[in-house]
Parts: sequence; C-alpha cells; structure tokens
Amino acid sequence: MSTLSSDLRMQLVGARGIVERNLYLTRRYIWWDVAFFVWTVANTLTIVFIAEGIKANGGTIDVNRQTTYLLVGAVLWAYLGIIFEFLTETVAWERWEGTIEYTFMAPLRRGAHLAGMGVFAVIYGMIRATLLFAVVAAFFSVEMPKADFLTALVVVLVASISFTGIGMMTAVLPLISPEKGAQLGFVAQGLLLVVSGVYYPVDILPGWMQAVAVISPATYALDGVRAAILEGAGVSDLWGELGALVLIGVVAVPLGLALFGAGERYAKRHGKLKRSG
Amino acid sequence: MPQPRTSSISLNRTRRPDVAAVEVSGLTKSFHRKPGRTARRASGAPRRRTVAAVDGISFTMAQGETIAILGQNGSGKSTLVRILSTLLLHDAGTATVFGNDVLRDAQAVRRLVNRVSVEASFFKKMSAAENLSYAARFYGMGSSQTRKQIPEILERVGFPSSRMGEPMENLSRGMQQKVALARALLTSPVLLLLDEPTTGLDPRSKRDVQQFIREIRVTHDSTILLCTHDLAEAETLADRVGILDRGRLLVLEPVESLVRGYGVTTLEEAFFAATGREIDPNAEDGDDSDDDLDDREVFA
Repeated sequence: MSTLSSDLRMQLVGARGIVERNLYLTRRYIWWDVAFFVWTVANTLTIVFIAEGIKANGGTIDVNRQTTYLLVGAVLWAYLGIIFEFLTETVAWERWEGTIEYTFMAPLRRGAHLAGMGVFAVIYGMIRATLLFAVVAAFFSVEMPKADFLTALVVVLVASISFTGIGMMTAVLPLISPEKGAQLGFVAQGLLLVVSGVYYPVDILPGWMQAVAVISPATYALDGVRAAILEGAGVSDLWGELGALVLIGVVAVPLGLALFGAGERYAKRHGKLKRSG
Repeated sequence: MPQPRTSSISLNRTRRPDVAAVEVSGLTKSFHRKPGRTARRASGAPRRRTVAAVDGISFTMAQGETIAILGQNGSGKSTLVRILSTLLLHDAGTATVFGNDVLRDAQAVRRLVNRVSVEASFFKKMSAAENLSYAARFYGMGSSQTRKQIPEILERVGFPSSRMGEPMENLSRGMQQKVALARALLTSPVLLLLDEPTTGLDPRSKRDVQQFIREIRVTHDSTILLCTHDLAEAETLADRVGILDRGRLLVLEPVESLVRGYGVTTLEEAFFAATGREIDPNAEDGDDSDDDLDDREVFA
C-alpha cells in the first residue's frame, strides 16, 4: 500500500473514531438529550404560535402558510445550534476532560478530526431537526400539500458543508478560553440567523444587513427549504441557492480549518491545551 | 537489552536505525506571566514577566534506552514532555525524535510517540474499552484490531476484563492509570513519555505500574523518558538519571556515576547536592502555560 493511501486510510479510520466517540457519549447522556429536546420543542412552539397570535390580534394572514414559514426558521435555527454546539462544545469538553492533548498528539490530521466531528453533528442534527419538525407540525396540524421534503433535505445537507465550516471557526474559541469560548458559538449562531431571514424575509432588513445576508449560507438554506416545503420547488428549481451554498462551503471549510489551525498554534505556543476541569 | 518487537499496527513510521531516539539541543521554552495589579503596585514589577520553563536543555537518548528525569514541582519536566509530544511549540533550540524534528516533522513524530501523564485523562462517562477504542482509531486501528488487542493489553497491565465496560468514573485512580498505560501501549509507541505515571497512586497500584514499566523495558521495542519525583523509581527503572532544576538540566548520568560525581552515597543526597533542595515525592507538576507559573522563580 502506498504511503498516501495508507495515510488516507488512517485518517478515515481516525475520523470514524471521532464519530464513534460522539456516539458513545450521546448514548451515555441520552436522557439529557431528551430533556434538551423537550426544551427545543417548547422554544419552537413559542415562535410558531406567533402566527396564531397575529390572527387573534386582528391581523389578516394565511395562518397555515405563516406557521410553516416560522416552523422552517425555528427548525433551521435549532439545527444550526446543534451543529455549532457539537463542534464547539466537543472541543470545550475535551479540554475539560483533558483528552484534547491525546487527540492533538495523535497522528490524526486536523481536517479528519474536524470532519469526523462535523459528520456526527450533521447526522445527529438531522435526526433531531426532523423529529422537531414532525412534532411541531403535528401539534399545529400544519398542512403542507406541495411540500417536497427530499429537496428540502438536499438543501440542508448542502448547507451543512458551510455550517460545518463556520462551526470549525467557532470551535477554535474553547482552545483559547475553555470557560467562555463555547458560549461565543451561540453569538455566531445568532448573528448568522438574524441577517439571514430566520423568521422574516431578508428584504425587510436594513441595506447593510441585506449585504451581509448575501454571504450567509443560512440565507440560501432558509430560502431553499421554504421554497421546497411551501411551493414544492424541486432540486432543479433551486440551482441558484444550491450553487451559492456550494460556493460558500468551498470557502468556509478551508477558512474554518485555517482558523482552527491558527488557534491550535496559539494554544501550543502559550500552553493552553492543558486540562481545564 | 530490550528485545525488538514487531509493531502491531502500520503507521508508516519514519524511524531510522542510525539516529538517536531523542536529540535535544539548546531547547528553550518561556512563558509570560502577568502579576496581579496589587502585587505590581506593591513591588513595582513589570506588567509582563518572562519565565523560562525549559532553559537551554541538551541531551541525547539512544534507541531502547530508559532515562529518568528528576525534578521539583515546576522544574520543567512536563514542559519537556509536552514539547517532545508536539503539544507545545518551543522558542529556541531543536528537538528531534528518531531524526524527525518536533516542529517541522510533527506528523512523523506523532506516529512514533505516546504519553502517560500524571492525570489519566479520559471521557469519564465512557468505559475503558470505549476510551481505548476511539483513541486507537486515531492511530489507524480498525475494529478487528481493537476487538482483539484491547482485552489483551488491559490484561497485560493487570486491569480486570470484567470491568472493561464500566464507566471510567467508577474506577479508582490506580485503575485509571493502568488504562492510561494501556492506551499508550496499544499504539506500540517507539518513544514512550511517562510524565509522573505513579504520582498520587496508592502503594500497590504504584508497584503494579512500575512492574509494568519494567516489563515494557524487557519486552517492548521502546525508548522511555520517565519524569518523576520518585527517587527509587528513577534509580530502579532507568539506565541514566537526569536532574532538572528551574528549567536547566544539571546532570544526566547513570546513578552510580552521578552519586560518585557529587561525592555522596545516595541519589537523594546527590539531588540535594545538585539543587540545594530536597525533592518532594508527593508534589504534582504544573509548569507549562502562560497562566500557571505563580510558584516559579522569575528568571528574566
């Protein structure tokens, strides 16, 4: 076996190790995850009830459409939260347990390491987001006659590349500050969504925010998923959104790796990899 | 002499038979420390002080050799181990592992090295088998290898197989340290860095771990760098003993010549003669970040 293919195999096995480890940890903390899921459902309900509330206050809106519109935003918010949480908190957790030194001294390349974390986060996030969508949609008896769920899934999967890239950027924060770094992941999540039209069209935003929305992958993810679920748009109707998501992903992943690498070098220069718990 | 043993995993190791296992030359690593505002006002100390954790260290280790480094709390032992395991970037000098520079060829070094530290760091909710399994994946070991080798290695370190599935948090510190040894050996490292592996262990666990290190010396094709506070441990396990004090390596010789050199009869006396202080066998090290140097002497 050539050195290159041997190294590639090793990196793939290493990335699989990360996925396995997160699976073990998820199993060990499953009841905490259930409790957190209940919180997410409650949080999503408070947002989606806004559609009913507007009607009750005398507004004239298509409640079913608006409920679906808000539901997509809330579920995508939750999904993005899971991706960022896994990528950022896993690093904070590794610092807390002291295992990060063993991860960083292993011949596992950072790309494989972060890819393993990203793959698990996407799989786990997809399961949680799908359940959340189903539970809240059932609660409101939302009707989605035109919905193309497969296309919505494709849009979210393509968007996940960019989300993972941005997650890599936020994952560097716990390397620098294990106590507060992970919380800054939530800041990134909030900033990303506020400019991306999470519960409203981007058109209503001030001009400068609309300009930022152009480079946010969440903008295209929200547009694509809403088009698929509300209008029944297929993959062939969403080339613009999918193309933009691929383009942002192509930039975000290498940028995320570069930033994480810079953070790692900083941590190694200043002795920041020691156990913090 | 240790008997060569074929590595159980293929890591494409860049290990040359004609080079030293470890070659360190003029190795220096400093950290910065900010004194508190009150202390600064009281003493007029500068805003930021530089502390040399490792100060111009030079030494060579032959392949298959075991050396022990003795030093007080904060002497620089952990800093040295972290530099050799590519976890810290040094400021000056060079360090190579089997001819691979720890900065330039870090990936090659990582294939050759593993480490056991004073803290057996694990995911506490996960079992010993799960912790070993995922750590082994980072070195390219697949499921079939780990299924076979994890029970074997745990048995070798004296860990009961009936407890393999228990969360680490249920295990005593001695048991956790045995799992840490198993984790390091599972990847068949050719340079094993042992950073106070027996500190804080009860006497029986300590004996078990020391016995296992002896066994590794005989059966495993490893070079061992052992950092310790334990004089007897250093004396019985190592071919040569070094004394590290305030970041400087004062001496590195076989025990007999070290003791003779200082004109004393025991290693403890030699340590005292070299450093002017007694060694604290229960102290734990903590000397290698910008934040935790408050018990260190300021050199510059």
